Amino acid sequence: MSLLKLDRVLKQYEKVTAVNNVSFEVPEGAIFGLLGPNGAGKTSIIRMITMITRPDEGDIYVAGKVVGRDDIGRIGYMPEERGLYKKMNVQDHLLYLARLKGLSKKDANAALDYWFDRFGIETWRKKNIEELSKGMQQKIQFIATVVHDPTLIILDEPFSGLDPINTNLIKDEIYELAQKGKQIVFSTHRMEQVEEICDYIVLINKGENVLEGWVKDIKNSFRENLFEVQVEGELPESLLSQYEQRDRTREGGYIVQLPEGKAGNALLKDLMDSGVVVTTFKEVLPSLNEIFIKHVGEYNPVLATA
Amino acid sequence: MDKILLIIQREYLTRVKKKSFLLATLLTPLGIAAFIVVASLIFGYESDESKRIVVIDESGVITGGIKDEASIKFSLSKKSLEDLKQEVRDEKFDAIVVIPAVKNLYSKDLQVLYYSEDGLTLDVESVVKNRVKDYVRDYKAAQLGLEEKSLDALSFSTSVEPEPIDEDGENASKMTGAIGAGIGTIMGFVMYLTIFIYGMMVMRSVQEEKTTRIVEVMISSVKPFQLMLGKIIGVGLVGLTQVLIWAALIPLVVVGLSFFFGLEAPSSSASADAMAAMDPEEAENMVLLAMTEIQNQNWWAIVPLFLIYFLGGYFLYASMFAAVGSAMGEDQGESQALTIPITIPVVLAIYIMFAVVQAPNSTLAMWSSQFPLFSPIVMPARLAFSPPIWEVALSVFILVVTSVFFVWLSARIYRTGILLYGKKIGFKELGKWMVRG
Repeated sequence: MSLLKLDRVLKQYEKVTAVNNVSFEVPEGAIFGLLGPNGAGKTSIIRMITMITRPDEGDIYVAGKVVGRDDIGRIGYMPEERGLYKKMNVQDHLLYLARLKGLSKKDANAALDYWFDRFGIETWRKKNIEELSKGMQQKIQFIATVVHDPTLIILDEPFSGLDPINTNLIKDEIYELAQKGKQIVFSTHRMEQVEEICDYIVLINKGENVLEGWVKDIKNSFRENLFEVQVEGELPESLLSQYEQRDRTREGGYIVQLPEGKAGNALLKDLMDSGVVVTTFKEVLPSLNEIFIKHVGEYNPVLATA
Repeated sequence: MDKILLIIQREYLTRVKKKSFLLATLLTPLGIAAFIVVASLIFGYESDESKRIVVIDESGVITGGIKDEASIKFSLSKKSLEDLKQEVRDEKFDAIVVIPAVKNLYSKDLQVLYYSEDGLTLDVESVVKNRVKDYVRDYKAAQLGLEEKSLDALSFSTSVEPEPIDEDGENASKMTGAIGAGIGTIMGFVMYLTIFIYGMMVMRSVQEEKTTRIVEVMISSVKPFQLMLGKIIGVGLVGLTQVLIWAALIPLVVVGLSFFFGLEAPSSSASADAMAAMDPEEAENMVLLAMTEIQNQNWWAIVPLFLIYFLGGYFLYASMFAAVGSAMGEDQGESQALTIPITIPVVLAIYIMFAVVQAPNSTLAMWSSQFPLFSPIVMPARLAFSPPIWEVALSVFILVVTSVFFVWLSARIYRTGILLYGKKIGFKELGKWMVRG
């Protein structure tokens, strides 16, 4: 069963339509990426999922039913702009947030012990938030997001401000949580992270769903019949003249454009016939970044606003 | 409901546990006490320089010697003025007082001359004046053949004693007005201070939550209304705690300090001059009367009503402060203008209160104690004057209804305001949010 589904969701602020009839359904078990440029309506969507605001029209389903106040304990949200009470100590703060999510004091304490142990930060318990570095605060914010064992975990730019070690730590946690059957919603501008982490994405632009699907399907559908070829020495001119060369890689490889209808095999056969030693041969798929820019750049919606 | 309790608990505990709270709570009474002690020391200060004054009595009004004052030594002299002047120059005396002959017994004026190298100070002037006046009065009485007893009969005081029309009417005394005004002013002022201090605290806290973005995490767990109400109640309890501690500590510290310095209780020092003028028995009667008057106040009605007005006024204003805080950006100065519509009624109310304690049954008093933005400050000031019950009941009713309405209205502003960033918000927007919700 899909853990998150939006059905024709509409949200208007005064005269601006922030979210215009957005529908999507995240397949079960997929790490989900919600993408879009600044001001596209991502935050508006997230705020509706977390029940900070309500949709004007349409429904949001979490675990099969329309999301309501009862679901608050099942949702964990880490906003892009982090915020913690600076004067509270780590333990009190996490306990407070866990209990606001509906955990009993006992359960909250147990959950806290688990996460302190897991992140090896037992010594931070009594420290005030303001004494922690930004990266440390970020870890606390992550724990605050998952401490009540939510089913739906929404992470808005979870890696910003983290060093590579802590980035990997959080990344591993995300994979692990996903494996435990939690629905991860990952929102970011960093396309290389999306490519690495997400299975399924929705691209929002100007309040509308402009692209949706499995990451590998999307990449495939945007393939341009480009291949990267690397050989020992140089490619013979006779061969090169038959193909359109697009670019050279830094390692000296060739990016070759095949005409429409021609498969990679044809190029490979030509290469073998020419007698060069092929070291690399692979299809170049467009990066999500390129797809993103292409879509957001070209997309010209009929403005819902007058 | 559970969540509101958690929020109240956090808002309360984080504030009460702060060192600054402890310091403010403990040091303020000490500060006030120190102020009172210093003030009474200053007022009670008597000149420590001793003056030697020589008197030339040309009138012969002084029979026998002149009694010395603590800081003034008098002596009579028959020497000539010129000789004495020389003695002043030689620093044998500090000043010469010349009492001229009383030429006309019916003259209402008598000019005494004072020769000195220093100027005439107030304390010396009043002593000399009073002494000479007494001597001359006795002299005139003797010369005119008046008896001492008859003279005393002429100096009497009048008092107006209020009496009820009906037997069971309230037993007012001449002290009622003064004591009532005192109690009223104190209560009105406490109200004014708490509304300001703790209302502002709510506002700053809301603004801080907004600018640090913690609010987004919070309202993905609780409703904005719960967060706002929890904060208002939590901060209100902090205020109540502080006021109660002060109420207990200030008298304690003052009494303790007075004993320590061997001073009279400060309340009496203020009226010490007035007391000194009366004979001790009368003064004692006054104190007793004041005490009974204070005890006679219907505290069983005043204290609960004060608390009701405290709660009503606090909720009314704190919710407005919360709404304004939610609309504020990070730029303090720019959004300061938003607080003006809140501060104006509070300041107006305190001025009205000062007028109302003088005339507790005036039309101004009646109307302003019904108007909910003024009534929390004005009505407590009237309570000591036993206003009509229906007026109190109506005013409480209007206040409660209005504050519930204002909390609701503020919540509508609040829930929009806290999520809006990077935009300067004016009254127009606030109005829109209220209506649209």
